[in-house]
Amino acid sequence: MSTPDAGLLVALVGNPNTGKSTLFNALTGLRQRVGNYPGVTVSRKSGTCDLGDGQKVELVDLPGLYSLAAASPDEQVVIDALSGNIAGDRRPDAVVLVVDATNLLRNLFLASQVAELGLPVVLVLNQADVAQEQGLRIDTALLSRRLGGVPVVLTSAWKGEGIPEVRRGLADALSRRTPLKRVVWPADIAGALADVAQAAAADTGKTVSSADAQRLLFDTNVSTAERLGWTLERREKPLRAARDRVRNSGYNPMAAEPLVHYAQLRVALDGVVSEGLGKAGRTAAVDRLLLHRVLGPVLFMGIMLGFFASVFWLAKFPMDWIQLGVDWTKGVVAPSLEPYPMLQSLVADGILGGVGAFLVFLPQILILFLFIGILEDSGYMARAAFIMDRLFSWCGLNGKSFVPMLSGFACAIPSLLSTRTIEDPKARLATAFVVPFMSCSARFPIYALMCAAFIGPLYGPGWESLVMVGMHCVGLVFAVPTAFVLTRLVLKVKPQPFVLELPRYQMPKPRDVVWRMWQNAAEFVSKAGTVIFAITIVVWALSYFPRDASVAERIRAAHPTESAEKVKARAQAAYVEQSYMGRFGKAIQPVFDPLGFDWKITVGVLASFPAREVIVSTLGVTYSVGEGAEADSQDLRKAMQDAKWPEGPRAGTPIFSLAAVLALMVFFALCSQCGPTIATLAQETGGWKWAAGSFVTMTTLAWVVSMAVYQVIIRLT
Amino acid sequence: MTPLSQLLPGQFGKLASLNPERGVDQRLMALGLLPGMVLKLIRKAPLGDPLAIEFCGQVVSLRLAEAENLIVDVSADCPIQRPRQP
Repeated sequence: MSTPDAGLLVALVGNPNTGKSTLFNALTGLRQRVGNYPGVTVSRKSGTCDLGDGQKVELVDLPGLYSLAAASPDEQVVIDALSGNIAGDRRPDAVVLVVDATNLLRNLFLASQVAELGLPVVLVLNQADVAQEQGLRIDTALLSRRLGGVPVVLTSAWKGEGIPEVRRGLADALSRRTPLKRVVWPADIAGALADVAQAAAADTGKTVSSADAQRLLFDTNVSTAERLGWTLERREKPLRAARDRVRNSGYNPMAAEPLVHYAQLRVALDGVVSEGLGKAGRTAAVDRLLLHRVLGPVLFMGIMLGFFASVFWLAKFPMDWIQLGVDWTKGVVAPSLEPYPMLQSLVADGILGGVGAFLVFLPQILILFLFIGILEDSGYMARAAFIMDRLFSWCGLNGKSFVPMLSGFACAIPSLLSTRTIEDPKARLATAFVVPFMSCSARFPIYALMCAAFIGPLYGPGWESLVMVGMHCVGLVFAVPTAFVLTRLVLKVKPQPFVLELPRYQMPKPRDVVWRMWQNAAEFVSKAGTVIFAITIVVWALSYFPRDASVAERIRAAHPTESAEKVKARAQAAYVEQSYMGRFGKAIQPVFDPLGFDWKITVGVLASFPAREVIVSTLGVTYSVGEGAEADSQDLRKAMQDAKWPEGPRAGTPIFSLAAVLALMVFFALCSQCGPTIATLAQETGGWKWAAGSFVTMTTLAWVVSMAVYQVIIRLT
Repeated sequence: MTPLSQLLPGQFGKLASLNPERGVDQRLMALGLLPGMVLKLIRKAPLGDPLAIEFCGQVVSLRLAEAENLIVDVSADCPIQRPRQP
């Protein structure tokens, strides 16, 4: 990923929604995430950029941001990267500043802040095609002169226009090393900045750049002071004195920076842009429809339902094919391994089962990311957040929590990855925490089995579908109060204001959307895939060993009249019963006894912790109907309907009473039973603390609620 | 002098004062919303919150509670400076 140390490093900086990532793709040839939703880029992305004269530089795409005031983690990353304060990263040798050609003033504020770092700059006015459509003419030569002679280039990264000029401009900036013209501070502010720099340098013994001094003086955020090691006791007095000096000169110290910058930018831009005849954009008209008081929510529901239904139903076919493919491979491979039963079981149940278990999610993940990409790049995602914010703000989430929570109904893993679009760290963490509560598609098989075997036959299809729908709501019902408690009582992070740009609508660029989908899928396979695979092998081993041949012989001797197949199924159940998993299940069955689970269900519950969909096939084994049991398996339903408590106070009564059936479903609705989700949660929240918290919270909640359901219903029936 | 939160959809106002100590106002200032700037309340979200305002040729959404401290002058001349629709 990185070029040799001797190579030059160039940073790509700009506001969100400027087409920065598209430009990055065009310059590096590396396809990468492109967003139309503010703050999409969070991780460091870099690639090699050819300057056209044989010279190559490393280009790093920094998060999109509006200001260098370090209010959010994204902004902190940019400041640190530009000042060379990121461990293992050099200070860039130049900066490519990407600005929206249709809104120079607002975009140049960031540019003007970056100028304070004194780095060579090439200014790229992107989306020039849109500016031209709107009738804007930009005098780039004049703008270049006003900004200190830096190269200024007009581009349309979407159309691929102006890219060679950017390369030439960058080569030019690197050779001439022209920095962007700095703002001229009024005398008292300049004095206050000098005072701060001097005091900080004297106290810490470190060099304090003018950019550092500005962050110290103008920001309420203390990250710069912390980096320098300037303690509160030492900085309090000099900072107050400097801010008083600014205030006495007529500026509020917290407003001085934008006031001075904007005032000088207005002068610099005078006469640069001339407005001719142009078409007004369609964005306002489209918004009148999509954000309409009545039609807006209706269309929103329509779009989201379509989005969700497609994820579910479109993915169904490739998922079936993958399942068929895995089964076919099993069918081909297994017979050839007949002489080696352990190897046969390892390959068929362990390895192929493990590969199948994560491959089967891939279609959902691809489709989910395709749709999220389209929603983001088109600009609709910001509108969705705008429409939904009110419903989420009261419990500490925000409008942007909606899409991850909705996609959670398909699969939590891509949903967790999509929480990256939420800038507010508090809302992001809370969203990531509640996403696993959503009833993902892996919970469907157990609901389907229980409803078809018990609810349907006993109460009719009406109740069956009602219970099905109800189960999908259980998670949501508990998720919202969890978010509320988490954001109010646990998370002490200061919430970020929900200031969201509603960007211009734009046609998503298929190449960018597909590339992003591919990148996300590759990340899933490499990260979650390996975890699922490893866990499947471990669970296989726990339920396979120990394996004494005498067990099978005893079963054969005890049931001499039964068919070979039936005996094999019985033997398998006997093996599982005396396996490590079986022994453990029996040992801790008392824990699940208040929930109405016998040891067979307990084994199923335990085996399902890595991946909850395993429950159906595990019940197939423990209820000795053989492996490969499906939710619609008649044998399994019959075996479960006939199962009775063999001993104890409930002896002779059915194990799967209404209470136990509902308790089991509620348990699966709430319990944290997905290894990859835990792994992804740890990765996305930056540590195992939150992953462990999620596991403990969900599992405890599942036990408590499920126990309550069982105990109440068993008394009522 | 009216809080921005009380503007009607479609109404223009000139920003009279904000509170630079607040995070929201700092964000808005970075986006170019400074005292004296003309803004327009485009609409409220279907549930009445948040708001969409237009200034400096851009549309930005902010919550009702956050808009209460932004004081606008609706009587002032809010002519020509009318922001271009993006």
